[in-house]
Amino acid sequence: MNRKRYFHFFIHLILIVSFVIIAFPVFYAFIVSTQTFQDVFVYPPKFTPGNDTIQNYVAAWETVKMGRLLFNSTLISVAVAVGKIVLSLMAAFAFTYFGDFKGKGLFFVIILITHMLPLPIRIVPTFELMRSFNWVDTYYALTVPFFASATGVLLFRQLFLTVPASLCDAARVDGITPMGFLMRILIPLSRTNVSALFLIEFLYMWNQYLWPLVVTNRDEMRVVQIGLKMLLAGQAQAADWNIIMAGTIIAMLPPLIILFVMQSSLVKGFSMQEEK
Amino acid sequence: MAEVRLSNITKRFGSNAVVKQVDLTVKDKEFLVLVGPSGCGKTTTLRMVAGLEEVTEGEIYIGERKVNDVPPKDRDIAMVFQNYALYPHMNVYKNMAFGLQLRNFPKSEIDRRVKEGAKILGIQELLSRKPRELSGGQRQRVAMGRAIVRKPHVFLFDEPLSNLDAKLRVQMRGELARLHERLETTIIYVTHDQVEAMTLADRIVVMDDGFVMQVGTPLNVYENPKNEFVAGFIGSPSMNFLETNVVEDNKRLYVDGGSFRLAIPEKLSKRYRPRLDDKVIFGIRPEHINDRSFVTDVPGREKLEAIVDVVEPVGSEVILIVTVGDHHLTAKVDPHTKASVHKPIDLSVDMNNLHLFDKETGEVIE
Repeated sequence: MNRKRYFHFFIHLILIVSFVIIAFPVFYAFIVSTQTFQDVFVYPPKFTPGNDTIQNYVAAWETVKMGRLLFNSTLISVAVAVGKIVLSLMAAFAFTYFGDFKGKGLFFVIILITHMLPLPIRIVPTFELMRSFNWVDTYYALTVPFFASATGVLLFRQLFLTVPASLCDAARVDGITPMGFLMRILIPLSRTNVSALFLIEFLYMWNQYLWPLVVTNRDEMRVVQIGLKMLLAGQAQAADWNIIMAGTIIAMLPPLIILFVMQSSLVKGFSMQEEK
Repeated sequence: MAEVRLSNITKRFGSNAVVKQVDLTVKDKEFLVLVGPSGCGKTTTLRMVAGLEEVTEGEIYIGERKVNDVPPKDRDIAMVFQNYALYPHMNVYKNMAFGLQLRNFPKSEIDRRVKEGAKILGIQELLSRKPRELSGGQRQRVAMGRAIVRKPHVFLFDEPLSNLDAKLRVQMRGELARLHERLETTIIYVTHDQVEAMTLADRIVVMDDGFVMQVGTPLNVYENPKNEFVAGFIGSPSMNFLETNVVEDNKRLYVDGGSFRLAIPEKLSKRYRPRLDDKVIFGIRPEHINDRSFVTDVPGREKLEAIVDVVEPVGSEVILIVTVGDHHLTAKVDPHTKASVHKPIDLSVDMNNLHLFDKETGEVIE
């Protein structure tokens, strides 16, 4: 009994310490976003909220047209997450269920190779491609190059491989078409993974900085991460950290909302998988 | 309504033939059981009838229609799988309704059929449950329910009871038999369990290595096995096989195993006389070897002295494993036997039920 209590105490200690370490920057960013310009540079730093909250947030919002940036970021993040999931599901379906089309192994290797090349390596050829398509400065350039996802294909392929073959047989006897099998059996069975992948890809796209910077020129095509950089670069003298932090908090909100909305279905999904 | 005819069916995976020249007619409303050891091709045969596996050579007819190129959904069959293959994300009702929905049945008709099927199988209370909330036996019922709501002409069962525990298996076996009586549908049933085959089937088909070994009623196959394989596969415990010679002594025929000599009944001697002096396999079922103190001597019963190796009481009878010279035999004897390990025992062999097989081909000698 005593040992168990020590164990629980120890676990909680670890959790609390990690929480503090992870949460502190967010907490401090929030505090700074409420302070005046002068407050920020006081030494020792103040950890109490200031009085400039509304002014800071309005300034951040207006300086870089935050509304438009949030819209762009949300649009491309959702589009990429959905696009990746759809393409990955279809590709994984083909790789798992369509016996032996020519070059199956080769295609799979090619897909895996793309996974091994990080974005900075692909950036020049991809930009060239976008230019030849006349896609620079459009939403196409911000989304289409991200649609293919080796991770997604691999994830769903592994998942589909665990679906018993007899389920496919039963569905065939029941009279299902291949696409029907994907839509009505496989996708509902993959719900947890779809949610997880949506979340991961949404965040991945939300945090993109380099590629949107390279491929967009007009201010109205910029995304929120570039907006934050613009807040920083816009200052001739010392940076307005209070306003930058206000912008950061704004930029954090949409992913946070998505996480909260999807959390329940994610947790439910994970617990369901364990029951299986 | 629906006879199923397999005409010279062969199935190859690459160059490996797993079903070889199978000719078989399943009569309308018949309960036909395909039985054999694993890898004998019985499941592949069933899957070809279902349309889940393409036929390499030969033709399959369901009713009058050749179905080689007909997709499974249009063959008017329903199949029950070994691991049930229920859709995990649908509740029982939806699992049963799914096939009907895909065929665009009206909602009211689907509802009627699902409820009727649920009633037949006693699963009305389970309709809103998900498969993971069901026990093995309940899942099995749902899988059958999914098949019967379709009202197909042919039911295909692929080892449906092998994932159930022994008691439940016996119970479901009974229910299957009643279900067949009630539905009056052609059933093709695959199992490796010969008890299941014997108890359920109108006729059984014994397969081995892709070939059909024998087709017949359970009793007929049991009593008149065509070859050593069938004789050994059907019946539990398995038939005893002893290497012997056919010899003649004083105008009587005997099987001579070296350490024993048993007279062949007069009425059978005509059949076996041509094999005089040949090496043959002498087959006798354990139930035809008894403890001599519990049987009366009648013509055809021969005495055999043996040493007891193992005594296995199973309640209704006792299984003995005995040694005669360098031969080992299994005998099923009266439960009150006094047999004890390492002690001699007098056995009585009912030679009216002997089988002799050709040593080379394994075929029965007729």
